Amino acid sequence: MMADHKSLLGISELEPEEILEILDTAEPFKEVQARSIKKVPALRGQTVVNLFFENSTRTRSSFEIAEKRLSADVLNFSVSTSSVAKGESLRDTAQNIEAMNADMIVMRHGSAGSCHFLDRHVRARVINAGDGQHEHPTQALLDASTLREKLGKIEGLKVVILGDIDHSRVARSNMFLLTKLGAQVTVCGPPTMLPAELEKLGVRASTDVRKSLRDADAVNVLRIQFERQHEPLIPSIREYARYFGITQDKLDELPNGMVVLHPGPMNRGTEIGHDVAEKHAGTILRQVSNGVAVRMAVLYLMSGAEVQN
Amino acid sequence: MKILIQGGRVIDPATEHDGIANVLIEDGTIVAVEPGLTAEDAHVVDATGLVVAPGLVDMHVHFREPGFEYKEDIGSGARAAARGGFTAVACMPNTNPVLDNEGLVSLVVRRGKEVALCRVHPIAAITKSQSGNELTEMMILKEAGAVGFSDDGVPVESARVMRRALEYSRLTGLSIISHSEERTLSAGGHMHEGAVSTRLGIPGIPSASEDVAVARDVRLAEITGGRLHICHVSSARSVDVIREGKQRGVSVTAEATPHHFTLTHEAVMSFDSNTKMNPPLRAEEDRRAVIAGLADGTLDAIATDHAPHADREKLVEFDHAPFGILGLQTALPLSLEMLVEGGHLDLPSMIERLTLGPARILGIESGTLRPGAAADVVLFDPDAEWTLDPSEIVSKSHNTPFLGRRLKGRALLTLLEGKATWEDDAMRSRITIPGNRNPGRTALPA
Repeated sequence: MMADHKSLLGISELEPEEILEILDTAEPFKEVQARSIKKVPALRGQTVVNLFFENSTRTRSSFEIAEKRLSADVLNFSVSTSSVAKGESLRDTAQNIEAMNADMIVMRHGSAGSCHFLDRHVRARVINAGDGQHEHPTQALLDASTLREKLGKIEGLKVVILGDIDHSRVARSNMFLLTKLGAQVTVCGPPTMLPAELEKLGVRASTDVRKSLRDADAVNVLRIQFERQHEPLIPSIREYARYFGITQDKLDELPNGMVVLHPGPMNRGTEIGHDVAEKHAGTILRQVSNGVAVRMAVLYLMSGAEVQN
Repeated sequence: MKILIQGGRVIDPATEHDGIANVLIEDGTIVAVEPGLTAEDAHVVDATGLVVAPGLVDMHVHFREPGFEYKEDIGSGARAAARGGFTAVACMPNTNPVLDNEGLVSLVVRRGKEVALCRVHPIAAITKSQSGNELTEMMILKEAGAVGFSDDGVPVESARVMRRALEYSRLTGLSIISHSEERTLSAGGHMHEGAVSTRLGIPGIPSASEDVAVARDVRLAEITGGRLHICHVSSARSVDVIREGKQRGVSVTAEATPHHFTLTHEAVMSFDSNTKMNPPLRAEEDRRAVIAGLADGTLDAIATDHAPHADREKLVEFDHAPFGILGLQTALPLSLEMLVEGGHLDLPSMIERLTLGPARILGIESGTLRPGAAADVVLFDPDAEWTLDPSEIVSKSHNTPFLGRRLKGRALLTLLEGKATWEDDAMRSRITIPGNRNPGRTALPA
């Protein structure tokens, strides 16, 4: 039960039933999105702090909408205007926020494990909105929610995660979630973007896009995280696009249809062809809508609020 | 002043003594080691059930003085050493300023003597400012008290400079103590590259960054005939390379740390910055290879790489935390547990790796209970169980992943030239002063 967890630090520490609990709880919140008054009182009186150390318009906005639709009091703690820029440690920042009696802290931070660190130093619940290259649990949850809509279930699905696996927290959370729910996962990318010993995580690793896609049900297309690379890992974007980009001609070769997911922002012409992006825009935008519902579900379950209609 | 240590299991790797005997100390010197020995007017120490061994020698510590006294200084470091059963240490030169001139080397020697809690030997830098370019004045530094040369923490990048350093070691007779690491492979990494780094999304340090540097240095020692010592060997392939080098007759020695033979990268799963050190905790295969290397003598010494960092420096995100952990107070119990109780080394061999082995590499006289030697002695209870609480730690810093760990084996009495530098409360009832027939509350003179 999610209510037993103090914090949501990563998919890796969730039981399969808990993942399903979040996905199931998200369903009624999807309906709330369609109402004319998109607000429920579940988190009334609770203070949620969005603590973002990395720029993120999408994820922060998604969390903020989710928090507001649950009637929480929301504080956006932005790094550029805070004392972090003046050299304050994460521990000091955490204790300052703690002193404001926040109930929940949604944090994005550039260091793997930073949410675990924060969690050890505050009483408030911590929700990981992306920690370095480690995890981005709510992204994996919204991807799973979208896959369930499109394909009915997760168990038994064959899913390809394509791109810069090593630098991607989205890839890691997706690997953990999909394998926990019984999907067969292939991660695919150039060898320089595949981290060591992936097989030990229960996934298949491949450098052959066409072969990986052949019998897959869905592909999650990642962008290249140039900002986390400190060295050239591919000879050129041109070469990457030709060999690893999801293009219509690669999809046309497949016997069956393919669900194409992309966590955004998209680089059309690099990891995803313009025509593919257009054709699958419905699914990709559905991910964004589902992101709000899934985050509402997480906030709601973590808050320990009583069940309400 | 006489001290008679009675009835303990006396293990001296230098004389290959292993048996119940009494040890007589007079005026700071070992006089005799014999069963049934008696002495008039001696302080008597009842060592029944305890092991009596030469004081332990740690050839790799960072006492941070001068420059980083907020982490540790020679006083607090030596106190931790004494409490861990050590009577001699060698301090790495990556201080501020770097130990690259005779004034600073002499300073460390002098401060060690003032503190008088263990023998503090300086290791001087290989290159001036540890910048990897010009060799230090090695003969002059040897005269000032240096027992070896190392750019520990900053590997010597240039193979050419390393070659010259090894060549020059034929003149000094002292070891070039190499932190062997190929930085172009390891830079940016924070833990061992493998399944755990992949899972955690923490940039990895591949074993190969150590292996290729060890291979380079062993080959350079071979062509120069110089004296090479490899620090903190952590990977299976590095152990292989050193073993092969020794078989070919290369003058190479090596050390391993207790943390590398106790823990693996699985310990990092909690993101505890006290599991972060360089080289990093590696895979189970590597841990086993390090133990096998200690068992067959490929690795000559157990050294702690005692590296204090202030609490606030470690209380940060994993990738922001500095590398390094404490080691002096946990080395003996971890060696007993992992090596002896684990069935890989017998007790005399373990003691050899903690005494005579490192003493020989440094060319110092420690590591024996032979009559005539200085009375540097440790008494330990191999079965005493205890928990490493913060209150036990006498370093200025507390950065150890073993906090809260149940340990077995504990140094109860450490003597430096016959003077007690550490005496556990458990010893009080075992000590009798001359003329006092009642084992009492009196301690040995410090």
